[in-house]
Amino acid sequence: MELKSAVPAGPIGEQWDRHRFEMKLVNPANKRKHTIIVVGSGLAGASAAASLAELGYQVHCFCFQDSPRRAHSIAAQGGINAAKNYQNDGDSVYRLFYDTVKGGDFRSREANVYRLAQISTQIIDQCAAQGVPFAREYGGLLANRSFGGAQVSRTFYARGQTGQQLLLGAYQALARQIGLGGVVMHPRTEMLDLVVSNGQARGIVVRDLVSGALSSHLGDAVVLATGGYSNVYYLSTNAQGCNVTATWRAHKRGALFANPCFTQIHPTCIPVHGEHQSKLTLMSESLRNDGRVWVPKAKGDRRPPGQIPDAERDYYLERMYPSFGNLVPRDVASRRAKDMCDAGLGVGGGHAVYLDFRDAIGRLGASGVAERYGNLFEMYERITGEDPYQVPMRIYPAPHYTMGGLWVDYNLMSTIPGLHVIGEANFSDHGANRLGASALMQGLADGYFILPYTIGNYLAQAKLPPIGPADPEVRRVEAEAAEKVRKLLAVQGSRSVDSFHRELGRLMWDACGMSRNRAGLEGAIDRVRALRERFWKDVFVAGAGEDLNQSLEKAGRVADFLEFAELMCEDALHREESCGGHFREEYQTADGEAKRDDARFSYVAAWEFTGVGAAPKLHKEPLEFTYVHLAQRSYK
Amino acid sequence: MRLILQVWRQAGRDTPGGFVRYEVADASPDLSFLELLDLLNESLIAKHEEPVAFDHDCREGICGSCGMVINGRPHGPQRHTTACQLHLRHFHDGQEIWIEPWRARAFPVLKDLVVDRSAFDRVIQAGGFITARTGGAPDANAIPVPKGDADLAMDAAQCIGCGACVAACPNASATLFVAAKVSHLGLLPQGQPERYARVVRMVEAMDGEGFGACTNHGECMAACPKGISVDFIARLNRDYLKATLAPPPEGAGWTGA
Repeated sequence: MELKSAVPAGPIGEQWDRHRFEMKLVNPANKRKHTIIVVGSGLAGASAAASLAELGYQVHCFCFQDSPRRAHSIAAQGGINAAKNYQNDGDSVYRLFYDTVKGGDFRSREANVYRLAQISTQIIDQCAAQGVPFAREYGGLLANRSFGGAQVSRTFYARGQTGQQLLLGAYQALARQIGLGGVVMHPRTEMLDLVVSNGQARGIVVRDLVSGALSSHLGDAVVLATGGYSNVYYLSTNAQGCNVTATWRAHKRGALFANPCFTQIHPTCIPVHGEHQSKLTLMSESLRNDGRVWVPKAKGDRRPPGQIPDAERDYYLERMYPSFGNLVPRDVASRRAKDMCDAGLGVGGGHAVYLDFRDAIGRLGASGVAERYGNLFEMYERITGEDPYQVPMRIYPAPHYTMGGLWVDYNLMSTIPGLHVIGEANFSDHGANRLGASALMQGLADGYFILPYTIGNYLAQAKLPPIGPADPEVRRVEAEAAEKVRKLLAVQGSRSVDSFHRELGRLMWDACGMSRNRAGLEGAIDRVRALRERFWKDVFVAGAGEDLNQSLEKAGRVADFLEFAELMCEDALHREESCGGHFREEYQTADGEAKRDDARFSYVAAWEFTGVGAAPKLHKEPLEFTYVHLAQRSYK
Repeated sequence: MRLILQVWRQAGRDTPGGFVRYEVADASPDLSFLELLDLLNESLIAKHEEPVAFDHDCREGICGSCGMVINGRPHGPQRHTTACQLHLRHFHDGQEIWIEPWRARAFPVLKDLVVDRSAFDRVIQAGGFITARTGGAPDANAIPVPKGDADLAMDAAQCIGCGACVAACPNASATLFVAAKVSHLGLLPQGQPERYARVVRMVEAMDGEGFGACTNHGECMAACPKGISVDFIARLNRDYLKATLAPPPEGAGWTGA
């Protein structure tokens, strides 16, 4: 299989314009004859469904939540980047492009990233027009902040709830189309499989989560906007329902999965407190603008933080990275926190470092700090019972975002014709590490401004034979989905689904988390296989298939994570270099920084499914860097 | 800590439900309320019983999925806190806790603590948006918005659509929910063209879904995990009165009717 990225010819600044002109159009009268299936209703899915319906396509949109407004994009806090240069501080499309390629540690496709930076400005216009209440200055113009170590202020925000406000904007556009009949919404409905007929993605098999009924929905193209797979670690900052099922089932039907080992561990999360914890809560990265990260210099120093004098504290990020200090990128900040804890310098239970606002309070006053971070401080206190105005926060890294995903070309189409993948679910724009405030930008760029054009180009040229529910392929996929449900209910073992998920999560966190090595990964592959076998022998799923059954929902998702985890380890094992969020202990510089190997690994690893437990087949899309020159990232 | 839980169990929409007593022997005070339910469910699964169904997703107080009445109060005793952010340290050892679903005609129970809140979506579909087709938007700074208006719009826009306001209201009214959206959009210049059509359509949709009327109890604001103010209800009433009692000479088209 040859991976054709379909990047248009010509200088990078003209590619998207040229491509938009060269793409085939579907005439307005024909658009309403096409049905498009959109799975997921987060920023990418909701914006795509609404925009496609506005164009005149018949859209069916699916989400497992009870309302499309609850997709996990809602939880994004910090902001959204755009190269508006409203602050006149030297930002430009080219600079945003450059920062994103470099921040991604040179493992993303230049043409896609450039297009993303170009579109970023339109997103802000669109959202403001929808009534997104962005933060503003006293003159009434939009406010910006610097975020995640960027040296320009290009981040737009709505208090600490930017994701919520952007999603509600997209949700309201979607609601309008639902009201107008352009979109049929299917909430509480989960995709279980993909229907591929005649080599083309033509529909999905879903389970109604209230009645338990299985059915298929057919159309001319399928769009997956189903998010990332951080919940493979069990504990993550993702919502409980986030899962890999849709992308994994598509992978099993032929879509290549790219760079699954590229996962992002966010440095500022509230640490784990106990066995029955169900999630890790993220504290916005903006806290690092004023908070100082430290650990005691002496091992086992059990004094309360306030009694440890400055001379006995190690402000290790400031010490190691004098020019970026506490604002180094996420992967670097996370790894250094882990190093400190591994060296026995961790605080609390040993798996935390301090994020201290003492100096910021001294400088700005408690009220000044409250103005900037009040809601975050309240959230911290609500969860931990400690007042961060009095004692430093304790933080630890947690899985947060996954850069890997289904492989897509420049048109956001996977290796299955007609199957498009947008937002976090695809692999395309963030390389090996995503910069802060770039996820919201990518989700909305894909949904509002890229897919609505490129899907038309596909539909205008595809030969789509008629397909109906009685088609033998549709019946076969439906029967397989029903069989899987039956099998899960039939095991009747002794262990809960959650207990398997917890075990898988711990295993993946240890072997394929913040740092990885050959022996650990090889061992993890064996252990994942063994755990998968035990799952299918000993899981207990209560209740019936034809009912609202949350245990069954979880069981299906965990069964898929148990297959997916193996691929993630395979990918991490084969990539014998360290880059971005992928840190292989064997490949580091003398001072412990990631050591890329561009000669051997400057490519996208796209894996082909060959069977459960069988070795996946590797395909490579070589990456070329014509505009941003390969260099080792340095934040010193 | 040891807790006694009286949990509403109901097999389906049309089956009668009732409270079932459970005991959780060793819950850590650091657990969130939903983690307590996880713990209970683990113990039920161990006995091969069916776990308690409840909606939840983000578990950080923003998605609006979770919602249950805890000891008579939507989302429980702590102000400005969703059930997922409520921690057991606010309860005492040996306490008996009553847990039941939202109760409202417009929110039928689907199973145990899970209710159908799709009425909220239909109210938004009726008019809770600004018509702004993708593409063609002017530069975001072309229309300045006074900071005070933007901040107030944001206060209203924080609504997470959980339905606690409806559950708390003796009339099961959704007025705070509707008022929050009407105010958020009506405060912004971009929301002006549809301002009066929006309020009429949303109020009609709310009534059509079977929510009750507002009689100014204010329970909604007390229960709202985001602390959304009843001042927005006054704003809704002003816009609604203006739209229905004193339409301008442009006539009915002004309200989009």
